[in-house]
Amino acid sequence: MENIRNQIKIFFLRILNIPFAFLMHAIDLIMWPIQKIVGVRNMPYIFLLPNLIFFGLFVIVPLIANFFFSLSSGDELLFAERELPTTKQYDQLFDCESYLNPNTCTEDFFWRGVYNTLFFVVFQVGLMIFFSVLTAVILNKKIIGRGFFRSVFFFPVLLSPVVVGLIWQWILLKNGAFNAIIESYGGDKVSFLTDPSWAMASVIFVSIWAHMGFYTLIVLAGLQAIPPNLYEAAEMDGTSRERIFFRITLPLLMPNLLVVFILASIKGVQTFDEIYVLTGGGPGTSTSLIVQYIFTTGFASSGSVQNFGLAAAASMVLGVVLLFLTLMQLYFSRNKESKHQEI
Amino acid sequence: MSETSSRIIKIVTKKRYKNKYHWTDYFSYFYLFLGVLLMFGPVVWLGLSSLKTLAGIQEYPPTILPLSQIQVNVDGYDKPLPIFNVTQEDGSVKQLAQIKRIGINAKMVDPLNPGKTVKVPIDKREKIREFKIQWENYVDPLRKYDFLLYFKNSTFITVVATIITLIINSMAAYALSIYEFRGKNFALVFVIGTLLIPLTIILVPVFYVVANFGMINSLWGVILPGAATPTGVFLLRQYMLTLPRELIEAARMDHASEWAIYWRVVLPLSIPAIAVLAIFSIMWRWNDFLWPLIVLSKSEVYTLQIGLNAFHGELTSQWNYVLSMTMVTLLPIAIIFAYLQKFITTGIASTGMK
Repeated sequence: MENIRNQIKIFFLRILNIPFAFLMHAIDLIMWPIQKIVGVRNMPYIFLLPNLIFFGLFVIVPLIANFFFSLSSGDELLFAERELPTTKQYDQLFDCESYLNPNTCTEDFFWRGVYNTLFFVVFQVGLMIFFSVLTAVILNKKIIGRGFFRSVFFFPVLLSPVVVGLIWQWILLKNGAFNAIIESYGGDKVSFLTDPSWAMASVIFVSIWAHMGFYTLIVLAGLQAIPPNLYEAAEMDGTSRERIFFRITLPLLMPNLLVVFILASIKGVQTFDEIYVLTGGGPGTSTSLIVQYIFTTGFASSGSVQNFGLAAAASMVLGVVLLFLTLMQLYFSRNKESKHQEI
Repeated sequence: MSETSSRIIKIVTKKRYKNKYHWTDYFSYFYLFLGVLLMFGPVVWLGLSSLKTLAGIQEYPPTILPLSQIQVNVDGYDKPLPIFNVTQEDGSVKQLAQIKRIGINAKMVDPLNPGKTVKVPIDKREKIREFKIQWENYVDPLRKYDFLLYFKNSTFITVVATIITLIINSMAAYALSIYEFRGKNFALVFVIGTLLIPLTIILVPVFYVVANFGMINSLWGVILPGAATPTGVFLLRQYMLTLPRELIEAARMDHASEWAIYWRVVLPLSIPAIAVLAIFSIMWRWNDFLWPLIVLSKSEVYTLQIGLNAFHGELTSQWNYVLSMTMVTLLPIAIIFAYLQKFITTGIASTGMK
């Protein structure tokens, strides 16, 4: 039985291999003369070329173009028809009487986005790391059905933001399952997504639900890297479990957590998809973050003109924040590596 | 003597944690049980509800299983009416059909005697249910709306983009792992550098580049910008570094061209890493939302994700179709996960990316 199954597998793999081999032979017809011309020594450049062209076209050129977009004004996408150079976009973006009060700004939508993002990131990242560590520590114990529980916590990571948004929008409806559960325990119905004071909390909750599994996995990998002889020694000394956690597990996990923290912040600052599907940034602007602002001003302004320059300027601001976080990540992960080498 | 030895044995075999439950053990199982409910519950709930009738979905408080109310056709009424068990004043139970509800009373009619209507207080009636699976939820949207087309678009993008990604990324990884050449470090830094520039901060100019190529509202406009992934190059390079160099030298001795070494020697040996990248790429492409949302604005090029979102926006009340199509969108990824979860979890744990 096993044998037959294997043979069927091999048969299908061979069939799948035919178009692949055909394609590769065809490319060889071009690559062979190229190799003759440039020589073996220069072949790596040929192999690198397609990837570098893609990176250049879709990352490097846009990165430079972004400066020009943010420093030009006009409704057109083509540079020839835009006004260059002008700092109008930045002036407009930072035109505030008081930066602490978004209502006094010309672009109040942007500043609300900034503050919402800040609030969102602080709570989402904080709570998510707490629950990730808790889950990872529990999953790292010798429990029955560990593999099953691990995949249960992980699988929402694979769901698309649209699926996550729609599932939760429907569950959190006024007449949805969540409210039915609350009412059956004697509580009052809550409009989770349409009440401004609840919307942000709901969005943070859903976002944690969707991404927690990913960070749990990374923390779990960190836990498994802690040398087991430390635990054995502690156990021999009769150390209590609470003490073991606070004196061994947590300190040794710290470098790992720092990286997780920054990684989660980088992702958190860029959150858009789930919220867009879940609340659309509303009610009002209570759940609209920076990327939502960029998307709306650049691509989805209903009625009024799309303002590419303003969107580009706002992405430059976002870029600076991300650059700062990334540099922090590089610094800490380098520290972590050197520490590992010391041990 | 025997007492001492048994005591010694006791001391030697005694373990602090064995067979003794600590409060953290109880807490762990409690937490895991809650976790299963919270993580798995919504998707199970989605699956069950997508088989209900629209009336069943809108019912509050909801039923867990797809139990829909039985409806009957009564002479003189256009629509089929739902039937209830009504407790009469004398205590007997009678089946009546409801015409409409007015406040705390319901206007009801006896299906066997359609001429006469009666008023019944709503707490005196009880719904009669049957187990019924509404397959139409899945069939109708595929027939009436463009979901088959969306499905086809999504599949095309996922397959083509994954093939392109695998080929060009493995080529770059091959160059960066097997060869020594001038500017190698520069190329490596370049690749890592692009890792630090997420799409969200270059939305406008990437749109500009794509528009210049005339790829707005084309599936290629979605496929090409993300084809070269630094994550992929990195993952494959780390793996290829572990391959024995002797194999490549031997192939070169046999006058194999560099391209032949790449696809006949290195690629087959890197299958595990390529499989991880393939799974990642399928996941990225199938779930992709922000970029397709910007590039695709005509409904004939919508992907499943964009189509589902737009469909939900247009028909907010049609939750039965929205739920079933959400299920269709989720299923391919769920199946892949069920079969390949080991690959996915080790892939994420070893790269720290997704």
